Amino acid sequence: MIDIFAKHAGLREAYDALTATSPRNPFEVVIERPVSASVGIIEGRETLLFGTNNYLGLSQSKKAIEAAVETAETMGVGTTGSRIANGTFGLHRKLEARLAEFFRRKHCMVFSTGYQANLGTISALVNKDDILLLDADSHASIYDGAKLSGAQVIRFRHNDPVDLEKRLARLKDHPGAKLIVAEGIYSMTGNVAPLDKFVDIKTRHGAYLMADEAHSFGVMGAHGRGVAEVQGCEDGIDFVVGTFSKSLGTVGGYCVTDHDGVDLMRLCSRPYMFTASLPPEIIAATMAALEDMQDHPELRTKLQDNAARLHAGLQKAGLKTGAHISPVVAVTLETVDQAVAFWNALLENGVYVNLSLPPATPDNRPLLRCSVMAAHSPEEIDRAVTVFGEVARHFGL
Amino acid sequence: MTDSVTDISAMIIEKLLANPKVPRDIDGNSKIVEDLAFDSLAVMNFVMEIEDEIDVSVPLDKLADIRTINDLAGCLHALKVAQA
Ligand SMILES: Cc1ncc(COP(=O)(O)O)c(C=O)c1O
Repeated sequence: MIDIFAKHAGLREAYDALTATSPRNPFEVVIERPVSASVGIIEGRETLLFGTNNYLGLSQSKKAIEAAVETAETMGVGTTGSRIANGTFGLHRKLEARLAEFFRRKHCMVFSTGYQANLGTISALVNKDDILLLDADSHASIYDGAKLSGAQVIRFRHNDPVDLEKRLARLKDHPGAKLIVAEGIYSMTGNVAPLDKFVDIKTRHGAYLMADEAHSFGVMGAHGRGVAEVQGCEDGIDFVVGTFSKSLGTVGGYCVTDHDGVDLMRLCSRPYMFTASLPPEIIAATMAALEDMQDHPELRTKLQDNAARLHAGLQKAGLKTGAHISPVVAVTLETVDQAVAFWNALLENGVYVNLSLPPATPDNRPLLRCSVMAAHSPEEIDRAVTVFGEVARHFGL
Repeated sequence: MTDSVTDISAMIIEKLLANPKVPRDIDGNSKIVEDLAFDSLAVMNFVMEIEDEIDVSVPLDKLADIRTINDLAGCLHALKVAQA
């Protein structure tokens, strides 16, 4: 009999090597429970959380919690079905209307996760006769959506409008539709995309543009509509995709657009159709979190101040961070061993960040991915920076 | 004027040898993943560099069929001819 797991031999080897040298398994960290948005209990200790996507702290929103409780009590905890059969409640429609209004778009589709929003949008928009142009550092959900679509996939260099344009020019006689996909803020590095430049290019080349604002929704822009709002190019973005699992603190995904053709997407997007819709209490909590976000623009100001404080602090401590100031701040290290030891020391000293290892990172180097929240106090940020500095010195970095 | 498969293969080898981690004894029949120890991301990133040299874009699905340096050269050549 052929060993069905034989194909994982390489992965097994890498995994064993990693877990042999690390005092704890980096893939099995348990947050026993959150104490607040910024502190959780890990290994029995209060630990500063600098590795979540809870940018606005809204996973702990009072308003969202109350909405969830009340809705669960009145409507139950699940829909048990697909959006196109028995799984659309009044609440789903209401959330779609709210989001469309928030983004000033005609249409909105809500998906069960952000991952499915990318799969469901991309796979419904393009097929084997079309071309997808993906930023090389795109999230796995974008690559997977590309695979599911069957379209021809061409990568362009990360955040590089000149490279994108060169590739579009090579395709000028291609008869299929062309869809460019980029993110607002890149989840691993915090890099911000030049969406305005991409709009300019897609217009000249007759392509469509989709932006995944997963990490920038609620985070960037005067109203929280993302990088496109900051760069004043929303009109040029055909499809905006995003998630509720980061700034809104719940779970679920969305796609908003002005294209009327999207209506039929509900009947051909498999990741939308063949899965159960979001439970009502999640929809209610998401709507409440959206209201909280709109009622408290100061959360965004605080977040930006915190991002700048963490970024400057880590740089001053001599660590290698990206150039962009955004709520994701990645510290780049050279070797996996170094990164694993650094990450363990941070956790032992009460600071939790994400250990990101190649090939999930750009350019094959490991990252310590930190993310800030509006809920962090300046003291918490300074404490994290101090611990980073001490650990770096300890390892002679 | 489009380069021949042999020219392209030679150019790929030259590019690869610029990376000190690549074994010195590679030739057109070397397998990219097995002999060069490239993971899938490394392959995609390397192909990106070659694309610039000869001004083509290789769709990702084409990479699935490529095992050796000569396979890659053949694929690039075919794309270049189709584009011309
Ligand atoms: C850029 C990007 N898109 C999509 C997703 C998927 O979102 P979700 O985790 O809500 O399914 C994520 C996060 O995981 C992401 O970082």
